[in-house]
Amino acid sequence: MAGDQANRLNNGGLIDRSAALNFRFDGKTFSGFKGDTLASALVANGVKLVGRSFKYHRPRGILTAGSEEPNALVELRSGARREANTKATTAELYEGLEAASQNRWPSLNFDVMSVNQLLAPIFVAGFYYKTFMWPAKFWEAIYEPAIRRAAGLGRAAQVSDPDHYDKAWAHCDVVIAGSGPAGLAAALAAARCGARVILCEEDFVLGGRLLADAGTIDGLHAAEWVARAVAELEAMPDVRIMTRTTLFGVYDGGTYGAIERVNDHLPVPPEHQVRQRLWRIVAKRCVVAAGAIERPIVFAGNDTPGVMMASAMRSYISRYAATPSRRIALFTNNEDGWRTAETAIAAGLQVAAVIDARPDVSPAHRSLASKGGFPVLHGSVSGVDGGKVGVRKISVLLTGGARAEVEADGLAVSGGWNPAVGLTSYHRGRPKWRDDIAAFVPDGAPPGIVAAGAANGAFSLGACLREGFEAGAAAARDAGRSGNTGSTPLANDEAFSLTPLWHVKGKGKAFVDQQHDVTASDIELAQREGFESVEHLKRYTTLGMATDQGKTSNVAGLAIMAAVTGKSIPETGTTIYRPPYVPVAIGAFAGHHRDENFHATRLTPSHHWAAEQGAVFVDTGLWKRAQWYPRAGEKDWLESVTREVKAVRSGVGFCDVSTLGKIDVHGPDAGAFLDRVYINTFSNLAVGKARYGLMLREDGIVYDDGTTSRLAEDHYFLTTTTAKAGLVMQHLEFCRQVLFPELDVQLTSVSDQWAQFSIAGPKTRDLLKEIVDPAEDLSNEGFPFMGAREVNLRGGLTARLFRISFSGEMAFEISVPARYGEATARNLMIAGKAFGVTPYGTEALGVMRIEKGHVAGPELSGTTTAADLGLGKMMSTKKDFIGRVMAGREALVAPNRQVVVGIKPVDKTRRLRSGAHIIPKGETPGPDNDQGYVTSVCFSPVLDQWIGLGLVERGRERIGEIVRAHDPLRGEDYDVELCNSVFYDPDGGRQRG
Amino acid sequence: MRIVCPFCGERELGEFTYLGDAKPQRPAADAGEDAIYDYVYLRDNIAGPMSEHWYHGGGCRAWLKVTRNTLTHEISSVEPAAGAGAAKVGA
Ligand SMILES: [Zn+2]
Repeated sequence: MAGDQANRLNNGGLIDRSAALNFRFDGKTFSGFKGDTLASALVANGVKLVGRSFKYHRPRGILTAGSEEPNALVELRSGARREANTKATTAELYEGLEAASQNRWPSLNFDVMSVNQLLAPIFVAGFYYKTFMWPAKFWEAIYEPAIRRAAGLGRAAQVSDPDHYDKAWAHCDVVIAGSGPAGLAAALAAARCGARVILCEEDFVLGGRLLADAGTIDGLHAAEWVARAVAELEAMPDVRIMTRTTLFGVYDGGTYGAIERVNDHLPVPPEHQVRQRLWRIVAKRCVVAAGAIERPIVFAGNDTPGVMMASAMRSYISRYAATPSRRIALFTNNEDGWRTAETAIAAGLQVAAVIDARPDVSPAHRSLASKGGFPVLHGSVSGVDGGKVGVRKISVLLTGGARAEVEADGLAVSGGWNPAVGLTSYHRGRPKWRDDIAAFVPDGAPPGIVAAGAANGAFSLGACLREGFEAGAAAARDAGRSGNTGSTPLANDEAFSLTPLWHVKGKGKAFVDQQHDVTASDIELAQREGFESVEHLKRYTTLGMATDQGKTSNVAGLAIMAAVTGKSIPETGTTIYRPPYVPVAIGAFAGHHRDENFHATRLTPSHHWAAEQGAVFVDTGLWKRAQWYPRAGEKDWLESVTREVKAVRSGVGFCDVSTLGKIDVHGPDAGAFLDRVYINTFSNLAVGKARYGLMLREDGIVYDDGTTSRLAEDHYFLTTTTAKAGLVMQHLEFCRQVLFPELDVQLTSVSDQWAQFSIAGPKTRDLLKEIVDPAEDLSNEGFPFMGAREVNLRGGLTARLFRISFSGEMAFEISVPARYGEATARNLMIAGKAFGVTPYGTEALGVMRIEKGHVAGPELSGTTTAADLGLGKMMSTKKDFIGRVMAGREALVAPNRQVVVGIKPVDKTRRLRSGAHIIPKGETPGPDNDQGYVTSVCFSPVLDQWIGLGLVERGRERIGEIVRAHDPLRGEDYDVELCNSVFYDPDGGRQRG
Repeated sequence: MRIVCPFCGERELGEFTYLGDAKPQRPAADAGEDAIYDYVYLRDNIAGPMSEHWYHGGGCRAWLKVTRNTLTHEISSVEPAAGAGAAKVGA
């Protein structure tokens, strides 16, 4: 029977019979048509069993024809593109589609795990909480893996998604969710007023329920009216119609989330196209015309394949020309359900019986029954025979107590309609109960949102059109548009009649939430055990917590809870609604921000040159920095770094330090401003000089450090650490704008404007003379230590030169406009060839700063004071500055604080590791005896051993003391000596030379 | 959330950085440790309209004083924060 589409009707349907599509389901080949969903194609091929249920592995069929589907979930596609829990009811059919049923082993027809049904008593509500409380370790080792195998949904692909996802913004006056009669009418009214409109429709065809339930609008057949409306909208330049797009969330300030399934309907997205696009739509107004969801009636066996929502059965018959059954029974408690009987008869199908729970049935329907030759039974369905082959026999409990049986191969069920209140209930809006339609309708919607049509509880076609049109016109007006709306589309208002019915008592399992296998008795049990509040009910039974978020089950669940507690439904209330309205792939939220594009990458001005040199790069924040420059024959990084250090200390080297934050400080009060943000004084710095500065947070802890130079009376050039560049700018702007508005000073971030290189080593001057204009005096007298000024370079470029040293050698930093950075690096190589110039990376930079005892990130850890760093004397007592008062607090000036000190292993061959704890000799390691830790380490080529810096209690008073470095993480414990933190050239003669 | 920057117009939340309560004002240099302690550490936990500092780092780099209802995220005013945290004369 495979591939024969035996259940395809001969006529009708919005399918293209000239475009046959082959697809595979559980390895079998079938065919369908363009315009089918996977579900409708399965229906056309007579496939009733499509999955096994979550806990009990019960056979399940297709329940709905839309995004509310709880059962027909499949793994779509294969390999890296395999997508679990895809709703067959919304998956568009394409040539070569591959899908597999979920949650069955070894096969759908023979599922070993259906033995879970026999274990049903332990799978009741709250079983996770009750059964597996003790002992805790059994949970991880035994229970959880076993349960996860037995109960679960689809499998993730386990490999990286090969497709691209995009994120985009859109702005409009009015966004409309849904393109049924209300949505189209709203779009027409708003667009005619001149509003910029975005119309989102999750289906791939516009029309909503009109695609299945035809009618007459403005004297036209509904399909023709839809075509005309769409044509009118498409002709307007400010209207954007987005199909395959679900509005899934409402966020602050009129921002809406939407997911566009751009290429999910194709096997693979075309080249350079994305699979899905996440939209953030900013709209002045939103009209929710998302329709309503038909609700089930809970009865024993209601999950048998072949039991289907009445409206879904109509959709399959009318829209897809595919009939789920040949002989249909209908169980309804309302007028609308009867449409399915009408549709079935019109399509030439047999109606076995209509079971109507209402006391009265209209004369029109009575005559339909007699014409169709089927009985109308007053009562309720109490049981279904069938199992995995599908519905065979239906037990009916007649009003008055008698019983009847109906033979049918399909059962359509209508319990009435629930407006889709999701979008209007975000931001804690609570829908309100309307007795006349026995349903919740939107109330307290977020600002700017209004519901219209069935989403607002207006179920007749005429009312949908009227409400939608009025809502669209009002939204456009509120958005400031005032054109002429033209006239409201007209249609009849069908009669509405419903007798609420939620649950029919009977023998056997009656499912409320089919995706999570929550039964009516689970809800009764939850109530008996005290979980009466709907939020508790939800979590105890997991009702409504599956991927469908209980779209077909929540209201029935709380209605049953209301019944057993003797409360009304509004008293029982609803749970909080939260986005997203439909599942959205994490990949769509990530968009292009994955792998190497997870964040932006910043390249230094000399990056490409460094890459040519074979540099190894390290990520520091967003930056890629050259870490070292390996040479042929070097066996590891340590050999390369040691060579670089030695080359600098004996000759000359250079390093790109452009990643430092750079800020120009201009204005007559620039000096006064810096005095307030640094602990030391800058207003007295002479023009042409640089000074090291330290800034605190207001709580007295060190924030950042760097060198600031005075280039003119009213112009300072400030540098920050690489890590804090952005934050220091923000902090200084706060100080300038918010705290000290009286100061006449301006800040300009120039981090990206200047390329800066440190040139260090005894031959620095020789190298600089090759690139600096010969007229510039670089002698110790003409350009002394801590000098800073502009110089002309050979070739005419003006650069800034700073005589500052991080390495402890005779050194300069040179700043050139960023676009000359790469050329400067190349020139330094050429000019320095005669002096053996050596480019060095951040590792060598780090080694030399540790040898010199300079503090950096590991010491500026957010816990240290200036005094801890040995810089306490820098704190001016003659002025106020950020952090001054709090830095004087008792605990921050306590004598036993952990302070920066040098550390070296007693055994000179031993490697020192950062993170090791400092424990006094003879004491047992532990929190009571912990006196600090090693912060920074390096192999010092000068001392020919590993050295480090650490924060150690009273460290500076204990120079020469032997203590233990205790490193439980690496299983190490060894003796180290506390020493002066300046290991190299302690009197600083080399940098001043 | 969207904030109408007085200099740049309506912009998306991602362009802004939140600092917090805009009410505390930095005490004068001689105000004493208690006053500074309060300024640094004491904050009201307001349920309702609250005056807050936001930084438009993705735009004009202005510090703004934003009045936001912490219960609804509704923003009722946005103004430049110039001087908002300045020491009160004579404080
Ligand atoms: Zn701005």
